[in-house]
Amino acid sequence: MATLAQVEINLQELEQSATPEGAVPVIQVENVHKFYDLGETKVHALRGVDLKIEPGEFVAIMGSSGSGKSTFMNMLGCLDKPSSGRYLLEGADVSQLEKKDLAAVRNGKLGFVFQGFNLLSRTTALENVELPTLYARMEKAARLARAREVLEMVGLGDRTDHFPSQLSGGQQQRVAIARALANRPSILLADEPTGNLDSRTSVEIMQIFQELNDRGLTIVLVTHEPDVAQFAKRIVVFRDGKIRHDDPVRKRPRAADVLATLPAVDE
Amino acid sequence: MGSAILAIFGSSVILANGFKQGVFMDLLAILRIAIRALTRNKMRSLLTMLGIIIGVGAVIATVGVGQGAQQQVQDQIASMGTNLLYVSAGSVNKGGIRLGGGATKTLVDDDMKAILQEVPTISEAAPGAGASAQVVADNQNWYTRVTGTEPQYFDIRNWNFAQGTNFTQDDVTRATNVVVLGATVQQNLFGNANPVGQTVRIGTLPFQVVGVLVPKGQSGLGQDQDDGVYVPISTLQKKITGQDWLQYIMASATSQPASYAAQGQITSLLRDRHRIRSGQDDDFTVRNLADVAQLADQSSKVMTLLLASIAGVSLIVGGIGIMNIMLVSVTERTREIGIRIAIGATESDVLRQFLSESVVLSLAGGVAGIVFGVASAITITRVFGWNILISPTAVAAAVVFSMAVGIFFGFYPARKAALLDPIEALRFE
Repeated sequence: MATLAQVEINLQELEQSATPEGAVPVIQVENVHKFYDLGETKVHALRGVDLKIEPGEFVAIMGSSGSGKSTFMNMLGCLDKPSSGRYLLEGADVSQLEKKDLAAVRNGKLGFVFQGFNLLSRTTALENVELPTLYARMEKAARLARAREVLEMVGLGDRTDHFPSQLSGGQQQRVAIARALANRPSILLADEPTGNLDSRTSVEIMQIFQELNDRGLTIVLVTHEPDVAQFAKRIVVFRDGKIRHDDPVRKRPRAADVLATLPAVDE
Repeated sequence: MGSAILAIFGSSVILANGFKQGVFMDLLAILRIAIRALTRNKMRSLLTMLGIIIGVGAVIATVGVGQGAQQQVQDQIASMGTNLLYVSAGSVNKGGIRLGGGATKTLVDDDMKAILQEVPTISEAAPGAGASAQVVADNQNWYTRVTGTEPQYFDIRNWNFAQGTNFTQDDVTRATNVVVLGATVQQNLFGNANPVGQTVRIGTLPFQVVGVLVPKGQSGLGQDQDDGVYVPISTLQKKITGQDWLQYIMASATSQPASYAAQGQITSLLRDRHRIRSGQDDDFTVRNLADVAQLADQSSKVMTLLLASIAGVSLIVGGIGIMNIMLVSVTERTREIGIRIAIGATESDVLRQFLSESVVLSLAGGVAGIVFGVASAITITRVFGWNILISPTAVAAAVVFSMAVGIFFGFYPARKAALLDPIEALRFE
């Protein structure tokens, strides 16, 4: 397993991808509603959500299941459209785009990290990371260079030819993070990224997030673990389809410091 | 190959907000991904391809056999002679009792002379009459057909001599006892020895062998054309049968179109000469071998088409196999599809991915099927001795058709994959 010393973040690359655009928020959600029509019953999953996320923020979204946080994340991820209201991504209204155009937004502006890693099995780490650049129609040489570069960023430069089954959970999640960064997105969306990981590995992943955020990358993280949420700069709590709390985190712990206090894993 | 597919999906779209997409993923990458996905389930892919392999192989082999047969029929017909008209003595109707073909005694040597004189498009004609007889040479004997004719008969039938020469017009005038042997008769009486100059007996009469014909093989009707001997017509009529009428006249027209005109002219000429009143049946038949050729050609074409369409059905069954396995594959890989969509694959990206898998499957099956078809065609030739003709057109058609099968039967599963809801797909276990 890679030690944390190997986790080196490429400064310049990230600063390029997260150039602050003055007063334009990365995400601006205005009075968003979402209904699901399940035949007889109508589910009102989001009941008027307003949220603004500025460049460089690190937001944790919390809430019990059924609170609407998953629906909200799917909408932020352009996998779903709001029933009403507006969703501005870097000032552009993406709430009513066509499917094809949403695919382009997901590909170019958003990076996804999932709870279950969701890597393609029997496909090497490098090829997994290359995937978004393939859909971005990049040249082959550029694709490979980019994939190697982001794998270096998450400390897996020496595991490019490994298959997911040959990697630990933490390493798999780091490959997934590299994949999310491959097209230099404006925002990283992570849906319970530590849900399948032990507590030490969870902190390691949060350390990567914190370092990426330090370099200017905007991150939105969904979690139900308060410990994990503490590493963010701001916590938004959903309940019954609405935002109930929206508070900055005071005395935010550094993942690196926390890691030092944890007992070493016996190899 | 891909250009048609690419033309469908390759449209480039630049959005107002500056997101660019559309310039399709490079073809090699798509192909590599498809091949890798297929090799993941080698056994399954192979079994799926088997349907196409058998289908294409069957089409190639049957069309090969059919076209080979067609070629053979055409060769055989060509071997009978070119632009040939065959006038045979017809049936006769005596008070309601109809006798079979060749029963009339009205077709005579003068008819032939009249045809040569009065039908300008007829360049040559030869009479024919025959009997069957025992031919004896030393201690060997052979029962065969004895045909009486004139020297130009062999010219009309494009028949050359392997040994010796033809008998002459003088032999016909003087009714000499000379004989030309067919290759089969020669083999049976003399083996490999040269019979020219030897004497054979036909019935009780001695004949001198003047020539041996080149083997011609079977006729279009399966008759051994080499099993026969030829004597001057006068010799046959005076010394063997004692009959002065002919069984047929063989006439050669100057060209194939001319042969059709000549057919009508001969008919009216002979009706005239035989004093047949209008309304009465002909006492002869004029057949144009071009018609026979056409008929034989058409029947073998129909046969080929029939065989090929039966084989084509198995190709469609193979296509259904592809569709089936692609549907299974789409269900199995629902999660993968969800990931790809989340990462930014468009509907057409996913569609293209699965479509290329089914096309690779069917195309690989098609190529293997061609190999299989050619191999079985060669085996058929070896085992049954049939002629097989594998045309480049059939091979090209097989490739195109198998690809079309892949696109047609792969489209529905691929579309199903492309239209998956990513949220549902990502939740799929």
